[in-house]
Amino acid sequence: MKRRVLESTASLKETMVGYYLELGQAAATKSAPVAWCTSTGPVEILRALGYRVHFPENHSSMMGAARTANDYMTKAHARGYSQDICSYLTADIGAWLAGETPFSAFGIDEVPKPDVLVFNTNQCRDVRDWYEFYGRTWDVPVIGVESLHMIETVTDVQVDAIASQMEDLVPTLEEIAGTKLTDDRFGEILDLSKECVDLWKACMAMAASRPAPLTFFDGTIHMGPVVTMRGMPAANEYYRLFLAELQQRVDDGVAAVEGERFRLYWDGMPVWGKLRELSELFAELATTVVASTYCNSWIFDALDRADPFRSMARASLELFIVRSDTPKESYVEQMVREFSVDGIVFHDSRTCPNNSNCRYGMPERLRDQLDIPVITIEGDQIDLRCYSSEQTRTSLEGFIEQLEERGRTAESAGG
Amino acid sequence: MDRIFAGIDSGTWTTKAVVIDDEANLLGSLVERTAADLAGAATRAFEGALQAAGIEREACGAVWATGFGRANIPFADGTRTELDCHARGVHHHVKGAVTIVDIGGQDAKVIRLDDRGRRLSHKMNRKCAAGTGSFLEEMALRLGVPIEGFHDLAAGFTEELELGSFCTVFTGTEVLTSIRQGKNPADLARASYRSIVRRVLEMDVFEGAVVATGGVVAHHPVVVEMMEEAFGGTVVVPPHPQEVGAFGAALACLHEIGSVRKGDAP
Repeated sequence: MKRRVLESTASLKETMVGYYLELGQAAATKSAPVAWCTSTGPVEILRALGYRVHFPENHSSMMGAARTANDYMTKAHARGYSQDICSYLTADIGAWLAGETPFSAFGIDEVPKPDVLVFNTNQCRDVRDWYEFYGRTWDVPVIGVESLHMIETVTDVQVDAIASQMEDLVPTLEEIAGTKLTDDRFGEILDLSKECVDLWKACMAMAASRPAPLTFFDGTIHMGPVVTMRGMPAANEYYRLFLAELQQRVDDGVAAVEGERFRLYWDGMPVWGKLRELSELFAELATTVVASTYCNSWIFDALDRADPFRSMARASLELFIVRSDTPKESYVEQMVREFSVDGIVFHDSRTCPNNSNCRYGMPERLRDQLDIPVITIEGDQIDLRCYSSEQTRTSLEGFIEQLEERGRTAESAGG
Repeated sequence: MDRIFAGIDSGTWTTKAVVIDDEANLLGSLVERTAADLAGAATRAFEGALQAAGIEREACGAVWATGFGRANIPFADGTRTELDCHARGVHHHVKGAVTIVDIGGQDAKVIRLDDRGRRLSHKMNRKCAAGTGSFLEEMALRLGVPIEGFHDLAAGFTEELELGSFCTVFTGTEVLTSIRQGKNPADLARASYRSIVRRVLEMDVFEGAVVATGGVVAHHPVVVEMMEEAFGGTVVVPPHPQEVGAFGAALACLHEIGSVRKGDAP
């Protein structure tokens, strides 16, 4: 069984390199202010003020994918940053301590130094700790949004609480940028950002087709622009191209995984250093991972220029990661139905508890409620010390054998 | 002759080979240390099992492999995971819904089967030696006894002690502290077994009959007694508990190949 490579990948690389070069140049020449922002942070405000934006999570995932992250983490551990906290944080700080960056592949020799660091703790507290390291190191302001968590239903009171924090960021950001936030520019950026996430959502929805034209592993690569370039026209241009290729695959009945037999949902972080290995394993097993919590985390349905701060606040509170288990389980149930999913893989990511939804009995509850097989694999987003290829392979192969048995039983029951 | 089938379980510590006939009768088996040469260990185990069965290599219709080294057995005609093979091996001996506890050299598994032998779920130990045979080897080393004598040492216990750590290294330190305090090595050996059982019991909910397999179960029967105490009932140990995976691989071979050939026969 084979994986099919998407032709858009070449354009994706070009798009991403363009973004990195613009960012690197701004930092090197001081031609524009540079902000660091968490991946689900208030980037639209930053772009509307002319900031070039760096996303440290993207930086860490690049080190993870290149399997260099473990070379750096130890340097952060030695400075008192535990092995048990976010490995994105320890790898990023470690790389800075080593004076290295994966951006050097694009001729950018050092990580773009920020004028301000902007967080949203909707993901975790670690993002703030991470930014405060750099804030202390460079004497740069660290500002952001302290999010709410375990949200059952998003209420107006909660939205107002986050929106007011976002509005409070503006004076500092204006002062650093030396410009004022205008309604027109903010609206334009929000429109671009909304179009970007809508296009991304449409791309992800293509995998509902049978056979699926893309896998979760394709998604983790092609999500680059929606994570780092929201509010930039080039991201939208890229996703129009990507969507067209996916639509063509659907029209032609082209499968991402030849001979697709089973369709899985992936909950939790990717294992960045094992994307190829896992992708090939699932292809061997004629199994497509068709949908994921992770790739869908950059779909912000609520964004609306008519109510910019409150719509951004609502979007950040509607995210899967800040919800309680009841809406999370309803969401996964909806995904299982819409994407015709045969089984769910939970990735228990050692250093990312907020993205590991298997620790409070959710797999067992979903297994019983949906009558669907579930499996939990242990690993980490980039710390490969926490991952065993052999144990994972056996567990996933065993899981597919279980689905085969279940399929045979269903066939025989059906006559 | 194509009515003889074999299964190889290439485990982390030992390689097991089993030869069966087309009625699933076990004709011969052998356990060999795996070490670094997976294919060599598999060959020796296979040849030993054939010899024990009094059967020539050519008489064996097909060989299937399982275990962590299953892809490294060049003469295997097919592979299945050890999860599948343990399920098949156990279901052959024990009918009805069961929970299998397999404790091997470097992993522990809990596999739940329904009343037709179909797998409902499986869980494997966390990436740690606690709850596996490696843990016992480490504790035997700390207490200065060969692993072969560890069970007998524990049998002479006088007091129930508790080793509280998750981590094998921390538990080793706990053992050293206890030795310094003058604790009895036999009591510490028994506490080591108790620790293994606790780690395994926390892996899943145990429903239906409980069946124990694996090298630790085969060579350290006190583990089964402790599980029975914990469950308040009988824990079933199938014949040749260490070779259940290899037996299951041979059964997979018989079911997937043997039945087709039988069906094809006039």
